[in-house]
Amino acid sequence: MEDMLFYDRMQFAFTITFHYLFPQLTMGLSLMIVCFKGKYLRTKIEKYNTAAKFFMKIFAINFTMGVVTGIPMEFQFGTNWAKFSDLTGDIIGQTLAMEGVFSFFLESSFLALFIFGEKLMGQKLHFLTGFLVFLGSWASGYFILATNAWMQHPVGYEILENGKYVLTHFSALFSNPWLLPAFLHNQLASVVTSAFVMAGIGAFYILREQNVEYGKLFLQTGVVFGLVSSLLLAFPTGDWAAKNVVKYQPAAFAAMEGIFETEDGGSEIILIGQPNMVEKKIDNKIAVPNILSFLTYQDWNEQIIGMNDFKEEEIPSNVPALYYSYHMMVGLGTIFIGIMAFAAFLLWRKRIYNSRYFLWVIMFATPFPYIATTAGWYTAELGRQPWLVYGLLKTSVGISPTVSSGNTLFTLLGFIGLYILLGLLFLILVGKTINLGPESQKN
Amino acid sequence: MEIFWYIIISIVLVIFFILDGYDFGVGIIHLFFAKKEKDKKVIAKSAGLFWDSNEVWLVVAGGMLFMAFPTFYASVFSGFYLPLIMVLWLIIFRAIGLEFRNQFNVQMWKDMWDKAFGVSSLLLALFFGIALGNIVRGVNLGSVGNGISKYEAHYFFLPLWDSSFSPASVHPGVIDWFTLTIGLISVIALAIHGASWIILKTNSTINEQLKSVVFNLNIGLLILTVFSLSIWHIVNPAPFKNFIDKPYLVIFPLIYLIGLFGLFFVKKFKKDIHSFIFSITVIVGGITFSLASMFPVILPSTNEVNPSLTIYNTAAGEYGLSVALGWGIVGFILLFVYLIVQKRLLGGKIDNMDYGH
Repeated sequence: MEDMLFYDRMQFAFTITFHYLFPQLTMGLSLMIVCFKGKYLRTKIEKYNTAAKFFMKIFAINFTMGVVTGIPMEFQFGTNWAKFSDLTGDIIGQTLAMEGVFSFFLESSFLALFIFGEKLMGQKLHFLTGFLVFLGSWASGYFILATNAWMQHPVGYEILENGKYVLTHFSALFSNPWLLPAFLHNQLASVVTSAFVMAGIGAFYILREQNVEYGKLFLQTGVVFGLVSSLLLAFPTGDWAAKNVVKYQPAAFAAMEGIFETEDGGSEIILIGQPNMVEKKIDNKIAVPNILSFLTYQDWNEQIIGMNDFKEEEIPSNVPALYYSYHMMVGLGTIFIGIMAFAAFLLWRKRIYNSRYFLWVIMFATPFPYIATTAGWYTAELGRQPWLVYGLLKTSVGISPTVSSGNTLFTLLGFIGLYILLGLLFLILVGKTINLGPESQKN
Repeated sequence: MEIFWYIIISIVLVIFFILDGYDFGVGIIHLFFAKKEKDKKVIAKSAGLFWDSNEVWLVVAGGMLFMAFPTFYASVFSGFYLPLIMVLWLIIFRAIGLEFRNQFNVQMWKDMWDKAFGVSSLLLALFFGIALGNIVRGVNLGSVGNGISKYEAHYFFLPLWDSSFSPASVHPGVIDWFTLTIGLISVIALAIHGASWIILKTNSTINEQLKSVVFNLNIGLLILTVFSLSIWHIVNPAPFKNFIDKPYLVIFPLIYLIGLFGLFFVKKFKKDIHSFIFSITVIVGGITFSLASMFPVILPSTNEVNPSLTIYNTAAGEYGLSVALGWGIVGFILLFVYLIVQKRLLGGKIDNMDYGH
């Protein structure tokens, strides 16, 4: 039984972590492509259309990866989490089915038109198809976040005698207070990822002294999008999402921040340190007094309840992993604001294209938003453990009763092998596209 | 309400097998009949343009099944664990085969992905047929041995095969000689369907040859159909009971027969679309015929202890099903609008379409 739970969780964690590398770029990049296309419609300058087509090429490869790694996610609810599906399908089946009907169709039907139909449809319709692809991908994010919001903070349900959860208020799924902050935070994070990717490619072209004209355009666009989105990511959306955790999952909040003791005169914010679960303290701690109370309640002396004052079963099952995920997300998010603010300053002073050291920094910063978004999702999901549906259903109850650990390990190994192959192919193909450059997209 | 969702999900599944079915069929034809690079390229493209929006119908069928019949979804997806995960792997290979073949202009690279596309399409067609065979045959719900259930009444687990390889065994596997027969029917029907699609959408040099291929495959389909009907009683003691009780259901086997006989005139058709229409008819008839023979059962139990799964004992709550009806209708109208817009704008022969052109 323990084995079964372990391998089911490993398989879900591995496949979802790999999967989410792709949709975040899909969502952010679709917005930026639509902007390029819109700018081309207004100005009729060919450069913008070429830029849109170039990123569309990267988008198409990325989208394929997102689709093929996404289908296993939907299937796994049934294959590995059958009991969970059986008990809660009445509720989360709604949002997952809506995702398919309202967003996948929009995305995939119009993506084919966007890629193949420019000459057939004319520029205005082509812009419209691009916009619909963007809309579809964001709607998809919305329905997934609605599903996750119900698991984090269940609403609008009742429990039947046979233990099943049934829906009683459909609208509650979408007015769930957890949903909007989480959705906005998630979408802005995907814009940050795409902005860093675009700026990184731009920096690469400028440093390589190839496609410099496009390099400048990409860098400039990336920095503008990156600065705005990374600021909004921290405030108000990050702040808002954290306050939801304080309100609905207070024990998870204490674990994320690494607060063991409840301090009477306000809590410190821990910047660095390692949770010591035996002695219940943070080792090698660097902290700033009273900041956490202020950030959480806008009051320097407000009390924050530490883990020691919660019951054992309320505390998340893996505190150190949760603590590190959260600190990585917040730390990287802060660094992103710094990088983008400095880049924007250089851009304003017209010095960025000659600041070669800083261009190297921007280029090598490209993978880090992926790490931050992954850490962000780990924070949300580890914070919920040991619950599958917070406060209602334990994760250990949700697994498929008939699928043995040997079968799950077999498929987990298969997924690992297959996804390594996919990852390599993705890097080769995107690398090739970047190497060929935007000029190759002109007809 | 249960019947309504049962019909809706069946329609979505049938549309999936019509749309993505031709992609599988194109893959099979590509594997065996495309020899020149020009044909290989255009035939792969006839699937490559739409595979993604076609595959979405499967995702939606899965999502709706989850929403409307969660118990069935949980039971079947965990019970057929290994074959389903393998279907996922094959779907991945099929997709990257189509998407990546033209990324490098190197013959070795293209050949590699062509094979990935062809072989995975063939296996997918086989697996989906075997899946239908399993649903018709039924499973040992609750894994009953000596009159005692090992699991809750609606759970089971099937290995890929059992050593007897027989559908009549106490613990039948996923693959036995009955389900394999249905799998072969599926491969042949989808190959015919794919060939008809290629004839409709491309000017490949093998279009004329494909018409004879369709004719010959159709002979095979007829033989296998007769064979499967004659052995049906082994897995279901009264396979035609539903059609005798409710004579109007006979429409479904009739649809199948119309398609099957229509395809014999493939060489005489004046328009390319006629063959495609009859291959659609075969698919629609084949699936609805199988489902209608069992209704309202959706997964028969092969033991006496646990009852079969029906649309009534696996459905979600009445409230959930009715609100879903509201958004479902809106959604469906949108789906058909997208489908029509897409097929109209990218209608006609596709030989000269290319990325960004």
